[in-house]
Amino acid sequence: MTRETLDRRIRHLLDEILLLDSMVEQSISASVVALKSRDMEAARRVYAGDQQINSRRFALENETMVVLATQQPIMAHDLRLLASILEITGELERIGDYGKGIAKIALILGDQPPVKPLIDIPRMAAIGVEMLHKAISAFVSGDADAARAIPVMDDQVDQLYNDVYHELVQIMIQDPRTIDRANYLMWAAHNLERMADRVTNICERTIYLVTGELKEVQPTDDEFLARHP
Amino acid sequence: MNHPASTVTTIARPQTHTLESAEQYAIEARNLSIYYGDFRAVKDVNLQIQKQKITAIIGPSGCGKSTMLRSFNRMNELVPTAWAEGEVLYHGQNLYAPDVDPVEVRRRIGMVFQKPNPFPKSIYENIAWGARINGFKGNMDDLVEESLRDAALWDEVHDKLDQSGLSLSGGQQQRLCIARAISIKPDIILMDEPASALDPIATLKIEELMRELVQNYTIIVVTHNMQQAARVSDFTAFFTMDEDRAGYLKEFGPTEQIFTNPKDKVTEDYITGRFG
Repeated sequence: MTRETLDRRIRHLLDEILLLDSMVEQSISASVVALKSRDMEAARRVYAGDQQINSRRFALENETMVVLATQQPIMAHDLRLLASILEITGELERIGDYGKGIAKIALILGDQPPVKPLIDIPRMAAIGVEMLHKAISAFVSGDADAARAIPVMDDQVDQLYNDVYHELVQIMIQDPRTIDRANYLMWAAHNLERMADRVTNICERTIYLVTGELKEVQPTDDEFLARHP
Repeated sequence: MNHPASTVTTIARPQTHTLESAEQYAIEARNLSIYYGDFRAVKDVNLQIQKQKITAIIGPSGCGKSTMLRSFNRMNELVPTAWAEGEVLYHGQNLYAPDVDPVEVRRRIGMVFQKPNPFPKSIYENIAWGARINGFKGNMDDLVEESLRDAALWDEVHDKLDQSGLSLSGGQQQRLCIARAISIKPDIILMDEPASALDPIATLKIEELMRELVQNYTIIVVTHNMQQAARVSDFTAFFTMDEDRAGYLKEFGPTEQIFTNPKDKVTEDYITGRFG
């Protein structure tokens, strides 16, 4: 082994990715629990904790730049790995922002009367977190097959989002006094739907890392375009 | 102006080179200028070398990198017209003081050269010879093995120690020279372009070896290969030339900072290949 320094630094970057991921997963899970259980204190913790995610992301990004500049991994797998790390840190940070956004909604809704029992939104969060966990594991272990299998789960999230959307629209039509609160819940669900999309982006990076091929895992939905000419 | 002197003094020796010392720096240049006759090759350098770190000296050709490196163990004196102004402090003592023995200086501050230069003797003798003339009284076999192991060469040569050092490949010869340098337990190892005559794989092996050695030694390396400086060093000193062709220290800092965010535009132009 002649590039132990580079390999050691890459291992550290991957450890940092895992750490950042666990913080982001925690943010999403805790924010939805806070929203469901109307736990203001927990929501405040998630909201404030986003700062730590952001600073960890900057530190990781900076460390990656230092490895690029000093170790010059400018070929093949090494280059794709470092470029992918930069991309994925950004995706993780944005997913963390979704957790913060849901915590903010929990704080805004406070102890106002609930619009509906929250069942599908926690389900969306659970699937999203599972997708994220698997996606980061696939990236760190360089498993393209695992990465290809994950975006399929996005369909479940999209389905749940549609269900939540239609249910909330119905509630708003029936009782316009709920519009404000229901709209906030719609945003919470939307955040989770976007989260799953970003997990798909992470899976694309793993496939790129392993195969060198950059392409969308979930191509544009032609059926949708046909329905909206 | 300081000239080599006839009287000799003992340089204070640290208890061990692996222990933290009260002194912050392994060696330090203060207002150091080096001349070859009337020509000032290096001017007014103030440079503090951190202990058990690798400091790289980089810069364009003719900026005085090697002259600066050789000033740390008074190697420049082997050039008859060379002389120095200012101080090089090692354990609080000016190495250019009139009563300091340059041979003793070079024992504490070893050197590895650009072109591997093993003695035309066996691999074993390449290590043993230097130790013997330095008065080593311990088990020579153990010393040879330890030095070769520390230089990451033992596994490749342990069954042919009686073969000539010159029979080895270039990269192995250079590691043999490193083994020879560390066999006399110096504090500081100076390396002048130690990998420039080697192929890329042998180069990377030397670089990894340097990272190993720095756990026990202070290393100062001159390299014209900026990427190598970036890969291997903890601190980087960038030298450039003035209008009078005298080299001087333009920027010094942690390698990560020099290569990602240099403070000086000239440094940035050099490391990005826009000048030099």
